[in-house]
Amino acid sequence: MEQFLQQMVNGISLGSIYALIALGYTMVYGIIKLINFAHGDVYMIGAYIGFAATTFAKLGFFPALIIAMLASAALGILIEKVAYKPLRNSTKIAVLITAIGMSFLLEYVMMFFVGAEVRSYPKVLSDASFNLGNVVINMQQIYIVVTAIVLMIILQYIINKTKIGKAMRAVSADKDAAQLMGIQVDTTISFTFAIGSALAGAGGVLVGIYYNSIDPLMGMMPGLKAFVAAVFGGIGSIPGAMIGGLSIGIMETLVSGYGNSMYRDAFVFAILIVILIIKPAGILGKNTKEKV
Amino acid sequence: MLQIKNLNVHYGVIQALKDVSLTINEGEIVTLIGANGAGKTTTLRTISGLNKATSGQIFFEGADITNMPATQRVKMHISQVPEGRRIFPEMSVLENLELGAYLRNDKAEIKKDIQNVYGLFPILGNRKKQLAGTLSGGEQQMLAMGRALMSRPKILLLDEPSMGLAPLLVREIFDIIKNINSTGTTVLLVEQNARMALSIAHRAYVIETGSIVMSGTGEELSKSDDIQKAYLGGGE
Repeated sequence: MEQFLQQMVNGISLGSIYALIALGYTMVYGIIKLINFAHGDVYMIGAYIGFAATTFAKLGFFPALIIAMLASAALGILIEKVAYKPLRNSTKIAVLITAIGMSFLLEYVMMFFVGAEVRSYPKVLSDASFNLGNVVINMQQIYIVVTAIVLMIILQYIINKTKIGKAMRAVSADKDAAQLMGIQVDTTISFTFAIGSALAGAGGVLVGIYYNSIDPLMGMMPGLKAFVAAVFGGIGSIPGAMIGGLSIGIMETLVSGYGNSMYRDAFVFAILIVILIIKPAGILGKNTKEKV
Repeated sequence: MLQIKNLNVHYGVIQALKDVSLTINEGEIVTLIGANGAGKTTTLRTISGLNKATSGQIFFEGADITNMPATQRVKMHISQVPEGRRIFPEMSVLENLELGAYLRNDKAEIKKDIQNVYGLFPILGNRKKQLAGTLSGGEQQMLAMGRALMSRPKILLLDEPSMGLAPLLVREIFDIIKNINSTGTTVLLVEQNARMALSIAHRAYVIETGSIVMSGTGEELSKSDDIQKAYLGGGE
């Protein structure tokens, strides 16, 4: 039982990071129906910006987090403007291939500038831990979970209560109808990329602190897993991404804890296959109706 | 108020509108009737900026709006109720109406206008918290019209408001259109239901395969033999 609870604690902290990344996938998919494969690399660059902010500028956790989020948001907008916007009326496959190309571009441009070696964050958060019964909870885990929850609450607020949030929902539902309301589609898409990328950047900083190691290819695996999380929850659904992220994080830690950590990645992708067979729309996904 | 001069619109190589010219004066209800695929919807979408004109000009209150972005035209109080309603199904009735006022910042006035829409369509008031996608077809049409009114249009472009509605409901919707017009909103009404459209319109244009083939007052066209045969099911 204790081991189970311990794994749950670890799983929830890992899962909240996946959830933060998965939100960006799902939001971008929701608005332009694109799986933005460069999203995992925005997370990686967020981690590096956090690293620079804490190591060279000697900033604390919160300033570094905010700087990384702002810079990632700007990067997200830039990626959309440069790579995806010119292809707005092209086939989906052209945009998808561009996204994969953008992903490699970011990875290897980063590698060119910062080198391929692994770097570690300075200690910006206390690594004190305390025991709850026999379960060890690390302060860093609390920071991760609390930061993720706060960001998700802010996101929910933006989407449901603000004007730009309503515009995002309107554009994702029907671009023509949104324009007839006077909503600027391009601005709204940029904003969506900004928010999704900011969340990924936050995830990057949290991972940098938690695992204490970052490298230019760190975005590949978490990026793919967050994508699985988004599909698991129902791509396009924001609560779905949150639930999907947590579920994937927990399942992955349980597999590592009870089985063999060698199999955890295989397990995550096996889940993807099972979902696609049993419930292709994901847990909270809308059933796409075939138009007759 | 709205003037279209020699408008041509293409979808790729297919020409959808050929030299369409029409005029709508302030305070009028003008209807554009024609068969499926004649170019009615294209005309409306080009006026509201969703389709681009290949050539020709559109003037609104004297200003050339031919190349103006769609959102800018909404700001000038041109408002369209699109074909098939196109309400936002995952949002509540109230949220749909609020989006109709997206470009406005006068909160108190917006609240007042929402009440006015509820006055015009009481059923929407009863269902304000309900998701728009769960409304019936007629209620969705009312919501789409209410949403368009929220931008305080000077001209309301209506695309097939009778589509898919029961005859009794069609009558009700047309009464409301007349009512909206009587409060000073100019209306351009696109319809397949020519009989109903001609009965409320001051003037009418007939469009066939992308060209205007006839125009006149609603009454004149209702009596015309050609119109009788082609659109009103009269003659032999």
